Amino acid sequence: MTTTAPRTGRTVPPRSGRPRRVRHTGAMGSTGLYLAIGVAALLFLIPFYLLVRNALSTDPEITGENWKFFPTDIQWGNITEPFRDPTVDFGRSMVNSLVVGVLHTVGTLLVCSLAGYGLARIPYRHANKIFYGVLFTLMVPTAVTFVPSFVLVSSLGWVDSYRGLIIPGLFSGFTCFLFRQYFLGFPKELEEAARVDGLGYWGAYWRVVVPNSLNFFAALATITFINGWNSFLWPLVIGQDPGAWTVQVALSSYMTNQTVNYHLIFMATAISLLPLLLVFLFLQRWLVQGIAQTGIKG
Amino acid sequence: MATTSRLDRTRPAPAEAATARPRRGRRSSPTLNFWLFTSPFLIGLVIFVYVPIGWSVWLSFFEARFTVTPDKFTGFANYRQMLDNGNFTGALLTFTVFAALIVPTTWALSLGLALLVNRMRFMRAFFRSVFFLPTACSYVAASLIWKMSLFNGVRFGLANTVIGWFGVDNIAWLADPDPPWYWLVLVTARLWLQSGFYMILFLAALQNIPQELYEAAEIDGAKRGWQTFRHITLPQLRATSTAVILLLLVAAYQAFDEFFNLLSKTTWGRPPLVELYYMALGQNQDYGAGSAGAVMLTLLICVVTLFQGRLMGFGRGEESR
Repeated sequence: MTTTAPRTGRTVPPRSGRPRRVRHTGAMGSTGLYLAIGVAALLFLIPFYLLVRNALSTDPEITGENWKFFPTDIQWGNITEPFRDPTVDFGRSMVNSLVVGVLHTVGTLLVCSLAGYGLARIPYRHANKIFYGVLFTLMVPTAVTFVPSFVLVSSLGWVDSYRGLIIPGLFSGFTCFLFRQYFLGFPKELEEAARVDGLGYWGAYWRVVVPNSLNFFAALATITFINGWNSFLWPLVIGQDPGAWTVQVALSSYMTNQTVNYHLIFMATAISLLPLLLVFLFLQRWLVQGIAQTGIKG
Repeated sequence: MATTSRLDRTRPAPAEAATARPRRGRRSSPTLNFWLFTSPFLIGLVIFVYVPIGWSVWLSFFEARFTVTPDKFTGFANYRQMLDNGNFTGALLTFTVFAALIVPTTWALSLGLALLVNRMRFMRAFFRSVFFLPTACSYVAASLIWKMSLFNGVRFGLANTVIGWFGVDNIAWLADPDPPWYWLVLVTARLWLQSGFYMILFLAALQNIPQELYEAAEIDGAKRGWQTFRHITLPQLRATSTAVILLLLVAAYQAFDEFFNLLSKTTWGRPPLVELYYMALGQNQDYGAGSAGAVMLTLLICVVTLFQGRLMGFGRGEESR
C-alpha cells in the first residue's frame, strides 16, 4: 500500500476516464486478444473438420500419398454406408443408444428429483443421516465399482439387456445431491400456497414445484443425456452380445477390427455425434446454465 | 389411503413436524411422504451402489476365480497379490504420470480460455460455443479421430503431415513406448474434450468477481494485466480452482475410455481401471483380486479427496464464496 502512494499522481488520468470503464485495453490489446482466441478456436475445430472431411472422402483420399486438407471429390453416398455394413450392426447400436439415453435421462431425473425433494423439504427425524448415506456414495466413483456391479447385474440375469444398461445407472448420488441443493433454495411460499389449497406433498410437488423448476430440470436433463449417450465402460461390460451394443461400443469395435474401412468408420463417428450436436445447438443455454449452477457446488 | 395413513402415522410425526409448520388437515404425515418420495431412490441406491461395494469388499478376501460365490477365505492374500503384481503398481504409476500431466494443463488452458472469452465484447457467445463444443463429443469418438487421423502413425496422419513439412520423420505416436509420445496423444485428446467444460466453470466464477476490486486496484496504481490477475483474479477464483482441480483429479483416476481405445493392444500406458478390466473380465476372471484392487483404489480416492479438501479448504462454508 505504502509503495503505491507516490504513484497516485499517475492514476489521475485514468480516473477522469472512469465512466468509460476501460475494462478492455486499446486497439492493440484487442487485436491480440482476437488473434489468440481465433487461433485457439481453429485448433479446437480441427478435429471436427478432420472427422467430416474423412467421413465424406474416399479411402485413397484419406490414406493416400499427397494428403490434402480439402478433399477433391466428396462422397455423399458415404452417409448410408455404416447402415449397410454387415460386420457391425450400426443402426441397431444407434437405436440402442437412443433408447438407453432417453430412458436413462427420464429415469434418473424422476428418481433423483423425488429423493432430492424429500431430503430437502419433508421433515423427517433421520433425514440428515440418510443424506450422509447418499453423500458417502459420492466418494466412491461408480467406475471403480464396475466389477462388483457387473457381478450383481449378471447374477440378476440382466447382461445384454436394456434393464442391465439402464437401471444400475439411475441412482446417481450426485444428481440427487444437486436436486436437494436446488430444492433447498426453492421459495417456500409457493409450496405453502399449494398447501393452503389443500394439496398434500405429492400434489404440491407435481402441480407447483415441478412446473416452477423446469429450467433446472432441463439443465440436468441435458447433462444426464450427454453423459448417458457418451458412457462407454458400463455398456462395454454389459453388452457382451453385439445386439446389445450401444453406439460407443460399436465405434470402439471398429478400431479393433481386422480390416479398417476408413471412410465408413469416420462416417459412423460423425453420425454418432449428430444427436448430441442437436441437443447442443438447441439446449446449450440450459447446459451452460446448469453447469454454472451445479458444477461450482459439486 | 389418506385416512389410514393418518391413523398409522400420527404418533411419530408430531414430535418433529409440529414444531415449525402450520398444520393443514388434508395432508398425510410427513414421515410417510418422506418415504414415498425417497424410497425408490434409496432402495436403488442400496441395491446398485451399497451392495456392490459390500460384495466387493467381501470378495476381496476370498479366492474367487470364475465365481462370485466363493467359499475359500484367504484373508489379505488378494491384496498382497495385487501389491506384488507389477501390473497394478505400474497402473498406479501410469495414473500418477497422467494426473501430473493432465491436471495442470487443463487447469491452465480452461482458465486461459475463460479469461480470453471473458474479455471479449463481440462474438463472445460464438467463441464460447466453439470451446465448449467438444464437451458433446464422446471419449470414444475423440479417441477414434486422434488415433485414425490426427495422430495416425503413418504419413497421412495430420501430425505427421505437419512435421513432414519441416523434414521430420514420421513418428509412431501410439505404437512405440520409447520415446513415450503416446502421452502427447492421450493428454491432447482429454484436453480438447474437457477444457470447455471447466472454462464454463471459470467463466461463471469470473463474472462473480466484483468490478469494484479492479477499480480500487486501479486507483492504487496496479497495472491491468499480470498484477491484477495475480492479486485479484487468482485469489478470487480460489474456491473454483480448488473445485476444478478436485474434479480433474477424480476424473483422471477414472480414466478408461481413451486409454482402452487408443492403446488397445499395447502393454504400456494402462491406468488402474483398464488393468482391473482386463483382470476381472479378461481370461482369468479373477474377481477376488479385481475386487481387492477396486477396494484399494476406492480408499486411495477417498484419502486423496479428503486430504486435498482439507489442504485447500474446500467444502463446508466455501460454497458461499
